[in-house]
Amino acid sequence: METGTSRVKRGMAEMQKGGVIMDVMNAEQAKIAEAAGAVAVMALERVPSDIRAAGGVARMADPTIVEEVIKVVSIPVMAKARIGHYVEAKVLESLGVDYLDESEVLTPADEVFHINKREFTVPFVCGAKDLGEALRRINEGASMIRTKGEPGTGNIVEAVRHMRYINSQIRKVNNLSLDELYNEAKTLGVPYELLLEVHELGKLPVVNFAAGGVATPADAALMMHLGADGVFVGSGIFKSDNPEKFARAIVEATTHFTDYKLIAEVSKNLGTPMKGIDIASLSPAERMSERGR
Amino acid sequence: MKIGVLALQGAVTEHIVSIEKTGAQGLPIKRAEQLEEIEGLIIPGGESTTIGKLMRKYGFIEAIRDFAGQGKPVFGTCAGMIVLAKRIDGGEPAHLELMDITVARNAFGRQRESFECDLEVKGISEPVRAVFIRAPLIKEVGPDVDVLTVYKDEIVTARQGNLLVSSFHPELTDDYRLHQYFADMVEYSAAANQ
Repeated sequence: METGTSRVKRGMAEMQKGGVIMDVMNAEQAKIAEAAGAVAVMALERVPSDIRAAGGVARMADPTIVEEVIKVVSIPVMAKARIGHYVEAKVLESLGVDYLDESEVLTPADEVFHINKREFTVPFVCGAKDLGEALRRINEGASMIRTKGEPGTGNIVEAVRHMRYINSQIRKVNNLSLDELYNEAKTLGVPYELLLEVHELGKLPVVNFAAGGVATPADAALMMHLGADGVFVGSGIFKSDNPEKFARAIVEATTHFTDYKLIAEVSKNLGTPMKGIDIASLSPAERMSERGR
Repeated sequence: MKIGVLALQGAVTEHIVSIEKTGAQGLPIKRAEQLEEIEGLIIPGGESTTIGKLMRKYGFIEAIRDFAGQGKPVFGTCAGMIVLAKRIDGGEPAHLELMDITVARNAFGRQRESFECDLEVKGISEPVRAVFIRAPLIKEVGPDVDVLTVYKDEIVTARQGNLLVSSFHPELTDDYRLHQYFADMVEYSAAANQ
């Protein structure tokens, strides 16, 4: 019997496909998310839009919140550690968290190195805005990739950019001849063997979700249309007027992302969506997607 | 021969790949009407609470009961096994209530306790590689249920007539013998129905 194998870790992410993973800040929100049909919850102290508003250093959540959420739901519980913060990740693993997010939403603890994720029994998800970042994270042991998007903005434009860019890079790699691949690996700064795998599969060797700016059911469906395997929703749900209804609407729009009548139906009377932020108004230092390459 | 995979949430494509290795055609099923096009159905792994909710919402509960009632085979893996069970340990409401078993969810613990190992399955000659991910197990079986695999005194694969369930994920390996076993069940039932 073997635990923590690559198949067990990547397989866990496969089981989340077609689903919605929701940010929650307490037990009550976790229960609402589970009841709405979330495939997992991300236990946080503050959602990205609040982190943005508060400023300062954002760290791993208080273990009390994580434990409280683990206690009340039967679906998997995820939690975020700072980029490069091995100890935060180990602490969260010890609490029984099912999946760790080494996340640019929190303030990085290391500006050069990411966590060696292969040393962990539980799987990791990491953000990426291009194929190079995605494969470097997979090489470090990530079992799931998500677009970085621009968290806490309620603006889908960056998630769209990252998903399209990664997919166009994959199509290019898919079409390279074998003698061109090595040079491409050098250009991207990734291991040749991983790039060869992408060349053969025509996709990433792990599941790829959309994250960072999903604010409406139509946003979630758009990301599925662009090839996402599933969706993370951060600030959107519990910043909306009716979180329960909003959460259900996102789940249904993700499952039936080509059924536009259904998306119309679930989008009715959801109340005011997140106000959102125009990305152009953010200074480079305010862009979370620039963290961790 | 067409075998559908319930495509509301979970590991759908992996099952389709495994089905196609048996020579049958694999079809994602998103709407209840599509059940008419297929001879057998797989309910994949995923989150049983999510799949159960979407099944209710889109009229799959009655439709799959009718489907199985016609003798057509249904195979549930992991979450699929939970939704097929008549009883869920701990009093949580059951979903399809088709198979005479009681299942316990997340029975092996959290993700850090998830594992893989080799297991004997009755009816398959060599052991299969079994991948357990936050897996359920079968606590009790009714008199008509045939136990196919026992792991550390716990039941993890079973069959009751046209219903087949496993706690683990055969779709996550290249080994498609359990899918072949199911495809044989579908072929047998399709021949009997003609």
